[in-house]
Amino acid sequence: MSLLEIENLSVSFGTEAQPFRAVDRVSFAVDEGEVMGVVGESGSGKSVSALALMGLIDWPGRVKANRLSFAGQDLARLPRKAHRKLLGKDIAMIFQDPMTSLNPCFTVGFQIMETLRVHQGGSRTQRREQALSLLEQVGIPDPASRLRAFPHQLSGGMSQRVMIAIAIACNPRLLIADEPTTALDVTIQAQIMDLLRTLQRERRMGMILITHDLAVVAESCSRVVVMYAGQVVESGPVEAVFSAPRHPYTWALLNALPERSAGRQRLATIKGVVPGLFDRPTGCLLNPRCPNATDRCRRQEPPLAPVGVGQTRCFYPLDAAGRPTHG
Amino acid sequence: MADAAMPLDKATATPVMEADNLTRHYQVSRGLFRQPAVVRALDGVSFTLQPRRTLAVVGESGCGKSTLARQLTLIEEPTSGVLKLDGRDVAHASSAERREARRRVQIVFQNPYASLNPRKKIGAILGEPLKINTTLSASEREEKVRAAMARVGLRPEHYNRYPHMFSGGQRQRIAIARALMLDPAVVVADEPVSALDVSIQAQVLNLMMDLQEELGMAYVFIAHDLSVVRHISDEVLVMYLGKPAEQGPKEVIFQRPLHPYTRALLGSMPRLEPGERAARAPLSGEIPSPLNPPPGCVFHTRCPFATPVCSGERPVMREVMGRRVACHHAERVAAS
Repeated sequence: MSLLEIENLSVSFGTEAQPFRAVDRVSFAVDEGEVMGVVGESGSGKSVSALALMGLIDWPGRVKANRLSFAGQDLARLPRKAHRKLLGKDIAMIFQDPMTSLNPCFTVGFQIMETLRVHQGGSRTQRREQALSLLEQVGIPDPASRLRAFPHQLSGGMSQRVMIAIAIACNPRLLIADEPTTALDVTIQAQIMDLLRTLQRERRMGMILITHDLAVVAESCSRVVVMYAGQVVESGPVEAVFSAPRHPYTWALLNALPERSAGRQRLATIKGVVPGLFDRPTGCLLNPRCPNATDRCRRQEPPLAPVGVGQTRCFYPLDAAGRPTHG
Repeated sequence: MADAAMPLDKATATPVMEADNLTRHYQVSRGLFRQPAVVRALDGVSFTLQPRRTLAVVGESGCGKSTLARQLTLIEEPTSGVLKLDGRDVAHASSAERREARRRVQIVFQNPYASLNPRKKIGAILGEPLKINTTLSASEREEKVRAAMARVGLRPEHYNRYPHMFSGGQRQRIAIARALMLDPAVVVADEPVSALDVSIQAQVLNLMMDLQEELGMAYVFIAHDLSVVRHISDEVLVMYLGKPAEQGPKEVIFQRPLHPYTRALLGSMPRLEPGERAARAPLSGEIPSPLNPPPGCVFHTRCPFATPVCSGERPVMREVMGRRVACHHAERVAAS
């Protein structure tokens, strides 16, 4: 059984009469000890779906799902108190900007021990011991003195390590990392990704890695979900999706990377931009930008259907050589 | 740019911009009773830039990339060193001369959401450089603005719109058009695509390369994304803590980096293709405080090749295997 199963998760904002679906019927599953990547450009709904999972979507946002099951419990039907107990303990999250996700008014030690106090209890000295060992595990030098440090005294990389320490404090079974390295420098990014991978392997955590950086996914994940304008457009094993993408959007994203176009003068581009609130097309959401779109794409929405080893939301999925299968 | 034309270009063209030992120090107050500290934000950077060429400046935050941009665009006066524009030293020229020289160097900033005045229409934003620097009439200015808009792929009806009506990629196009209004010889682009999505980034990079081919200006391209640098640049300058670490032609540096820092940067870059992933040895530690840089080689605190000589003696830039590198152990790095 999967650790986390999501079926038709939708998040909408705006009025009941004119809703804007930021996340549109997203389904995926994460197994115990598996790293799953969620990629997409800004506005694709990847962060919002993680926030919905953590119960962090506030009014006027509305979350709907057929099933949100975590380790056999249905999160959507769980009483509020029990749900609250789960979050931060069994499901933990790391946010994008470490500098703003720590509370500037409290010491690092206080913020780590707060998590332990809420979810585990124990005496003050016990919690202090635990906080020390956590800081050590995330590779912070001289942890005893860092416990008394305030967030502004830490660099970005150090703050992110503290965030990771807080997230793993209660031995979560699922860790959601939302762009954990986007705000960091390249060498620090490599350090943090190595740390996350090591912790994930040692603790056999399930992990959802949300990022816009396809190379990070290629290095760290076993499966990947590609999102566009709130929908899942393609999912499957990382090697298969990256070596032979079936959806034109995935194909274009990969080929827009300078790394893929070595030796070529121009980069492949997708014309236009991700549709916003008022310019949502009918039919397939990619159709105004897709080079292979037909009338059928403009009228009808394609379902997410199995193609090869993964799933693709396209009437004319690309074949292994990257050609559309029209007709 | 065609490969065959390159040597010819190189031989005939005079450098459009030359920096020699460019240095900028800032004084930082440490309170009433202590001497102010000196931050060597930029320390001894030299390069020559030919027309139609791109110099990429790479490094992590705090390495002095943006300080360099401020010197090159003549926003600040360097503490010492020579900056030549079209062969004339402008670093310590009179303010009238510097004002004249500023027309020749323009800048594109990182964040297109902050670099356009939200209260002005696109037409006014693009017309402003002309209004200040030329004596063109209003109708002549409008004509030039419309031509520039067409050149960067904006539609005529965008002339009367405000910046908030545009997406990030379009705003960056506007910023590029503004930089080109005065036909500059050099465009300094400070992380022009790092705030953009992958597909939009590709559009903007293509546009910048097309414009260079068409108009022949040189770029100083400041970036931290090495795959972008590899795509767009001719020459690369790697900086660490205000000092140049390694400098040379792109292919030479990417194929065989000789400075341990360049090597670490390339090794830290996440790769799409499993075959290209280098055996990764991530750097330990973080960049030291520029207020209190380590003695000797500034990189020795994080360097896997460091020996006692590194903490005692500051390495000078020297020529090794077709590039300039500031490392005592470049030969040892090459052999490993």
